[in-house]
Amino acid sequence: MAAAIEAKKNGIDDIVILERDVQLGGILNQCIHNGFGLHTFKEELTGPEYAGRFMAEVKRLEIPVETGCMVLSISPEREITVVSRAQGLRVIKADAIVLAMGCRERPRGALNIPGTRPQGIYTAGTAQKMVNCEGYMPGREVVILGSGDIGLIMARRMTLEGAHVKVVAELMPYSGGLKRNIVQCLDDYGIPLKLSHTVVDIRGKRRLEGVTIAQVDARGVPVPGTEEDYACDTLLLSCGLIPENELSLTAGVSINRATNGPFVDDALETDVPGVFACGNVLHVHDLVDFVSEEAGRAGRSAAAYIRRQGQKANAPKVIRVQPGDGVRYTVPSTIDLNNMDGEVHLRFRVRDVYKGRSIRVLAGGEAIVTKKRKIMVPSEMEDVVLKRDALKDCDLTVEIGGGV
Amino acid sequence: MTRNMTCIGCPMGCDLIVEVENGVAVSVTGNSCGIGKKYAETEVAAPTRMVTSTAPSDGGGPVPVRTRVAVPKDKIFDVVADIKATVVKRPVAIGDVVIEDAAGTGVPVIATKAVE
Amino acid sequence: MKIYDTIIVGAGVTGCCVARELSRYEQSVLVLDRESDVCEGTSKANSAIIHAGFDAVPGSLKAKLNVEGNAMMDALSEQLDIPFRRNGALVVCWREEELPVLRELMERGECNGVPGMKLLTGDEAREMEPGLQGDVYAAVYAPTSGVVCPFEMTIAFAENACVNGAQFSLSTEVQGIEKGADGLLYVQTGRGEFAARCVVNCAGVYADKVHDMACEHDFSITARKGEYMLLDRNAGQTVQRTIFQIPSAMGKGVLVTQTVHGNLLVGPTATDIEDKEDLATTRPKLEEVKRVATLSVKDIPFNQVITSFAGLRATGDTGDFIIRQDDKVRGFIDVAGIESPGLSSAPAIARYVARLVGEVLPLTEKADFNPIRKGIPKLNQMDMEQRRRLIEQRPDYGQIICRCETISEGEILDSIRRPLGATTLDGVKRRVRAGMGRCQAGFCSPRVIEILAREQSIAYGDVKKNG
Repeated sequence: MAAAIEAKKNGIDDIVILERDVQLGGILNQCIHNGFGLHTFKEELTGPEYAGRFMAEVKRLEIPVETGCMVLSISPEREITVVSRAQGLRVIKADAIVLAMGCRERPRGALNIPGTRPQGIYTAGTAQKMVNCEGYMPGREVVILGSGDIGLIMARRMTLEGAHVKVVAELMPYSGGLKRNIVQCLDDYGIPLKLSHTVVDIRGKRRLEGVTIAQVDARGVPVPGTEEDYACDTLLLSCGLIPENELSLTAGVSINRATNGPFVDDALETDVPGVFACGNVLHVHDLVDFVSEEAGRAGRSAAAYIRRQGQKANAPKVIRVQPGDGVRYTVPSTIDLNNMDGEVHLRFRVRDVYKGRSIRVLAGGEAIVTKKRKIMVPSEMEDVVLKRDALKDCDLTVEIGGGV
Repeated sequence: MTRNMTCIGCPMGCDLIVEVENGVAVSVTGNSCGIGKKYAETEVAAPTRMVTSTAPSDGGGPVPVRTRVAVPKDKIFDVVADIKATVVKRPVAIGDVVIEDAAGTGVPVIATKAVE
Repeated sequence: MKIYDTIIVGAGVTGCCVARELSRYEQSVLVLDRESDVCEGTSKANSAIIHAGFDAVPGSLKAKLNVEGNAMMDALSEQLDIPFRRNGALVVCWREEELPVLRELMERGECNGVPGMKLLTGDEAREMEPGLQGDVYAAVYAPTSGVVCPFEMTIAFAENACVNGAQFSLSTEVQGIEKGADGLLYVQTGRGEFAARCVVNCAGVYADKVHDMACEHDFSITARKGEYMLLDRNAGQTVQRTIFQIPSAMGKGVLVTQTVHGNLLVGPTATDIEDKEDLATTRPKLEEVKRVATLSVKDIPFNQVITSFAGLRATGDTGDFIIRQDDKVRGFIDVAGIESPGLSSAPAIARYVARLVGEVLPLTEKADFNPIRKGIPKLNQMDMEQRRRLIEQRPDYGQIICRCETISEGEILDSIRRPLGATTLDGVKRRVRAGMGRCQAGFCSPRVIEILAREQSIAYGDVKKNG
């Protein structure tokens, strides 16, 4: 919606939002907790309220919307094959496409947790949908694996709905979610968080009966003798999100293995001309405000692409942005110096927990930006603004430097 | 007495150092903005939390709701009980008051999603 | 009490194939299973291979029925709409000293009547299958080996049996079998007593228990657990064929194969276990799968595992399938010890069993037997025009529910409404693959639960994952 709104505001009238759900808003509809919109609207909203603001704007701008339809494939020539109950199977040709399909949760299988396969094991987001949208409680005695934000939020939610959340186990030595969610979702309710712990066994034939949790060593391998059994009927998994790029692949978009999202330039354009990406399909975000901001940029870029009929205003001069020490990836991965805006947001995640260190952006070995950070953690995305004027005609490296 | 806490005012989660005297925060450091200071002061004096939940509706699925402002932390479960005992009449718009005064806190509960 | 001509105990692939075979004849057939769906035991968790038939000792039932069953698959796949593809298999070895083992397999294949086998050098094998490890020394190639969907195979036979008059009573556990003075066999179950002239014991890992209910003990079945990993379709091109390693006493070893649906399947391990209900995967065995698979195939992207599972083989103590009428209890027919190549042999086993039944009862062919079963339309395998027409006729096929496998509401509705339709999430998954993909039902399960609840008029919370 944010991309469509910006495209519309930048002079494009022939837009359609294709949505597979029956309503707009995506996963925000099931995120009934507060904490959204502080940056965008300067007030704290719940997910549906935040989505509601954008829905109102989409309506006001009279942007056409098709819900309940599924895009099956996208060709490199930007032909979209879409199917719906109402309109059957169609092919839509677009001048520009903004990919905003979001991400999916890492399922149990991908985590290779041994044990049986009974009823009662859900990803946290699936359970969230059941509780918040269907009014169905998947269980009463709950163990949560993974301290991603959805897991933390669901620990509180299940508790408020009368369940007993026994423990949250996290494989890593640090939490995967925001600090404030540890405080207000776990600490407030006395739910223990066990760092460097994982589920090593799942029991129960038809219905989940219990899990075993054990401590892991520095390599993530369970330490014998540290096993503890927990009786439970529900195991929620909050162990990471994966950008959902199956459609992007049909269009021939190249995917960055570090993000599982497309490689994009400063305009958020993929390596398939006229195809842009934003939000969680590009890289997994923590904050919806950043998603909307990024989507707005993708919408503006798509509008510019259409206005210029695919031609750049100036001959491109492209530099690469590379992750250096301590940095997993950067978005964007290239910048077109001759066509960029006055500034560009460089977003990335760090590899480890860093205290009292700095972010350095190097151009040809020389630091052009240095930002001190009290603490950097892998679960919180970093954002550095690069000014056009500070860039030179050489590749950039982003790294974690020493204290300043 | 010094208390360390994490601000929940926004996703930044600043680590606050709060000097407490006679149950009152006399100095707050580590915050990035005014929200952190206010959070620390309230957290020391009488902690409050926003409550979000879902209320049953007449002839349909659950309707998401929240308290308009934060309520005392020790009233959270009472507020949830009040919400669960309420049946929301549809249709409902975002911001419609669902409960005038949740669990005697004086804080209204409002719908957070438009439901036909 | 209604007297059936034949009662089949167990609705796995063997039981369902036997039911379909017997439904060709003028006789009443009842299939009993303790689970709430067909294909709930060994048939749902195995390698899903239609073996060529070169492993088994010449002269054994395994050898004969495997090769026969394999040859039947093309026609059956056509008649019953079963996903099946002859992708070919390679058995690899790493050292010259192991060459005699491959030669022996070649000889066995020849004796057993396996067509088209070839002995390849390592380089020839790598040319055929570039994913093989560089140190593979030689390989046996068997072009008739294939991959099948074991769920749809079992369900197709069950549905076709059903359409041709066989009755199914699921959630019906057999508790005892007695030979009456009247010559009939009386089968006691959790849902009352049934009588039959003939009982066919297709009870998988419990076939020894069921045998012992009616007859004197004369064989034992051990559950041999095999653990597997299933990888994303994006990893399916790692190999085209089924890659075996030279076999051991415990079986054919860890294989790597593309599945009929284009995923990559790796496994199984082999561990004899006491508890015949134990389907738990274990860390050491999943690690073993990875380690051993890597000996034959390079660059398996184990970061794309979407699920792991364990299955139990019903291993008999005779070394061969045990398919015979009991010496003392007339009309009691064992179909036991149906471990690998059980899936491959099932159609041939069924014909063999029908002859045994024919020794007990007269078998007259039905004039109106319908050998054709049309599967649920598969949207994701149709071209644009076929899809368009289908959605025009049935708009439910335009509503995609499972995004990973592109499964529509129409397909899910069909899976519930058909004869022996799905009643659980797993039942839907096995019939139309909703939830079988990379998100493992994270997104679609709330929707599928909603549809199952609506269709069966039950509460959302009463919809179960399995039985």
